[in-house]
Amino acid sequence: MKVVLEHLTKIFPSRSKKDKGAEVVAVNDFNLEIPDGKLIGLLGPSGCGKSTTLFMISGLQAPTGGRIYFGDDDVTSLAPENRGIGLVFQNYALYPHLTVQQNILFPLQNLKGENRLSKEEMLTRANEVAKLVQIDEFMNRKPSELSGGQQQRVAIARALVKMPRVLLLDEPLSNLDARLRLQTREEIRRIQRDTQITTIFVTHDQEEAMSISDYIVVMKLGVIMQTGKPQWVYDDPANLFVAKFLGTPPINVFEGRVEGGRLFIGEECVFEAEGVEDQQVYVGIRPEGFILEDSGKLTCKVSGIDVMGRDVSIVSTNQGSLNPVVRSIISSDDLGKINGDTVRFNLKEHKLFVFNKDTEERVYIGGQKAVHDEAVAKMKAEGQIFASHDGPLPKEADDAARAENAAANEKKGFFSRRKKRASEGQNGGSADSEA
Amino acid sequence: MEKRKNQWKAWIYLLPALVILLIFTVWPIINTVRMAFLEDYNALAEVGGTVFHFGFGNFTRVFNPYGGFLIALVNTVLLTVITVPISTMLALLIAVALNSIKPLRKIYQTIFFLPYVTNSIAIGMVFSAMFSIIGGGQGVRPDSWGLINSIIRAFGGDPINWVNSTINWGDGILARSRFANMCVLVIYIVWNALPFKILVLLGGLQNVNKQYYDAARVDGTSRARIFWRITVPLLSPMIAYVVITGFIGGFKEYTSVVGIFTDKMGPVGANIYTPKDNLNTMVGYIYQSLAASEGYASAAALILFVIIFAVTMVNMYVSKKRVHY
Repeated sequence: MKVVLEHLTKIFPSRSKKDKGAEVVAVNDFNLEIPDGKLIGLLGPSGCGKSTTLFMISGLQAPTGGRIYFGDDDVTSLAPENRGIGLVFQNYALYPHLTVQQNILFPLQNLKGENRLSKEEMLTRANEVAKLVQIDEFMNRKPSELSGGQQQRVAIARALVKMPRVLLLDEPLSNLDARLRLQTREEIRRIQRDTQITTIFVTHDQEEAMSISDYIVVMKLGVIMQTGKPQWVYDDPANLFVAKFLGTPPINVFEGRVEGGRLFIGEECVFEAEGVEDQQVYVGIRPEGFILEDSGKLTCKVSGIDVMGRDVSIVSTNQGSLNPVVRSIISSDDLGKINGDTVRFNLKEHKLFVFNKDTEERVYIGGQKAVHDEAVAKMKAEGQIFASHDGPLPKEADDAARAENAAANEKKGFFSRRKKRASEGQNGGSADSEA
Repeated sequence: MEKRKNQWKAWIYLLPALVILLIFTVWPIINTVRMAFLEDYNALAEVGGTVFHFGFGNFTRVFNPYGGFLIALVNTVLLTVITVPISTMLALLIAVALNSIKPLRKIYQTIFFLPYVTNSIAIGMVFSAMFSIIGGGQGVRPDSWGLINSIIRAFGGDPINWVNSTINWGDGILARSRFANMCVLVIYIVWNALPFKILVLLGGLQNVNKQYYDAARVDGTSRARIFWRITVPLLSPMIAYVVITGFIGGFKEYTSVVGIFTDKMGPVGANIYTPKDNLNTMVGYIYQSLAASEGYASAAALILFVIIFAVTMVNMYVSKKRVHY
C-alpha cells in the first residue's frame, strides 16, 4: 500500500495560555510519498518529530494540518482501528497477563461482523504469523518469560496478524542489547521482504536505519533534511546536519574558507575549488576519506593509533578541526608510512563535503556537482524517491529556544518541581552515605 | 565489625517501637488466647480470688443459641458478603471514570475522599437523621418524614420505616423492618468503604502503561473488552488487595451500627434479644460480653480471629489463581 503524506504538520500547543511562543512545532510541513512494499526508516535525533510522524500515520495522534493517504484513500480523519495498520511500540506493550498466543489472537478477537473469523481460522492465522516470526514454540508462555528479542517478535506478530496494509515500528530495537539488535534488524528485514507490507520504522540509530531501509528519511526539528537510498544520502549529504548525523565514526568537520578558487583548512590549501565564490565554509571529511601520503596537503598531529585489524584508525589533532580529534581510517598496510608525530593526508574528493558556514548548505566543488547531477538523473529515471531540504534550515538556535520553553513550562508544573526536589534529595542522600 | 555495630544501632532505633508493640499488641493477643481457655476467671483470681482452671467452657457459652452470638455472626457475614462486592465494583467504576476525565478530576477526587477523613460516628448520626422519621406515634402524625422518606414521597412512594421503632400514627402502622434496617447499614458501609478503595484502584490505574490502551485502540478493541480484558487483569493485584482488606474490615464492622442505631445495636425501643431486631455484629457482641466476663469475650474474639484468618486464606488462594503476575 502506497502511503502519501502531504504537508503533514503537528503543533503541540503551549501549556500556558499567556505564552503563545511556547508552542512546539513537532512536525513541520512533512511531504513524503512512500512506495508500496518498501521499508522506510525515519531517522533523526530525539525530539525531531519522527515518532510524532509515526503516530500521526497510525492515527493515535491527530495532525494539526496536512493529509495522509493510504493508496487513494484519505485516512487523515480515520480512527486508528479503521486504517488497517499494525503498530509495534517501543516497549512492545504486550499484555503481561496473556500468553503469547492470546496476545497474538487479541486483535483477531476484536473483529466484528462479516470480518469475524471462526476459532479455527483465528488459530491458523495466529500459528502462521508465529511461524513467520519464529516464536511458534513459545505460544503458551507469558511475555515475562521471554527474552527481549522474543518479546519484540511477539509484538511484530501481533501487529501482523490482522494483515495490516501498513506496518509501523516505533524504535523497534532500542530495548535490545547490541548483539540482539543486529539479529533482530535482519529479522525485521526478512519479515518485511516475506510479507511485502509497506513498513515505516522510527529510529535514532543511523547505522540501523542505513542497514535495513530501502529509503531513509533524515529529520531535524520536525523538518525533512534529506530523503533517499541510504548510500546516496551518505555519499551526497545535502547539508552539514545530514553529513554529521550519518556515519560511524562520525564525519570530521573543519573550519575553512574558499579563497580564489582554492579550499583552505587553516593555512593549508587542501583542494582546488574552481568557480566557487569566496566564502567561509565548514569542511566535512569522512574518516575513510584520508590518504596517507608524504606529499599530503593536510597536516595533523598524531595523538594515538587504534588498531582494528584490517584497518587502522589514526587519532590526530588539527587546529581547524571542530571535533576534539580528527579520526581517519586507513589500511593497516600503510601503518609503516607514519613516522614521527605528524601525519600528512591527501583527501578523496568524493569523501569531502563543503558547506557554507552561514546556511550550512552544501557547496559542490570540483567534479562533485557533475556526480550529484548524474545521481539525481539516475534516481529520477528509476522512479526512486529522493529529496533534499531547500530553504533555510532550522537552526540549533531554535532548538535552544525550544529547550528553554520546555524548561519554563516544566517550572510551572507542580509535579516536576516535586520530582526535581526528590531527585535532589536522592543526590543528597547518596552523598551522605558516602561520607 | 562495621556490620555488627550497625546492627546494634538498628536494634536501638527499633527498641521503642518494639517495646510498645510487645506491650500493647503482642501480649494482649497472647493473653486473649489464654483467657479464652480460662473458666470462671475474674480479674481478682490471680491474687487469690476464685479458683480458675483451663477448659472449653467459654466457647460452649459463646455458642449458646440464646446468647446472641449466632445472630451477630449471621449479621456480620451478611453485611460483609453484600457490601464488599458492591463497594469494590463501584470503586472500580468510579476509579476508571475518574482516570478517564481531566477537568475537575482533582475536585471529584476530593469529594470521593471526604468520607475517609470524616468521623464514622458523625456520618452515622447524619445517616440516622436522613433516614429517620421524627415525631409521630401513638396516633400522632410525624413532624417530619426525614430527607429520604420526603424524597420517596415526592416521587409518590410510600414512606419506609428505615431506622425507627414501629410507628403507629393513626392512619396506619409503619412496622419495623429488618430488611430496611439492613439496607441503611449496607448503604452506609459501602459509602464509607469507597474512598479507600477508589484511592488504591486509582493509584493502580495511573501505574498502568498508557501504551496498552494505545495498542488496544489500534486493534479496535471495544470499551467493554478493554475494561474486562485489559484494565481488570492489570489491576487484579490491587483488586485482590482491596477485596481482602474489605473482607477483614467487614468482619470487624461495628461503628456503622453504633453510629446509626446507637450502642443498643438495634432500632430505638427494639428488643435486642430477638433476632428480628438485633443488628449486633461480632465486634459489638465481643464488646458487650466484656461486661459479663473477660474470658467469654476472649473466646468470642478468638473465634472471630479464626473466621477472619480462614476467610483471608480462602481469599489469598482464590486471588493466587486469578491475579496475574
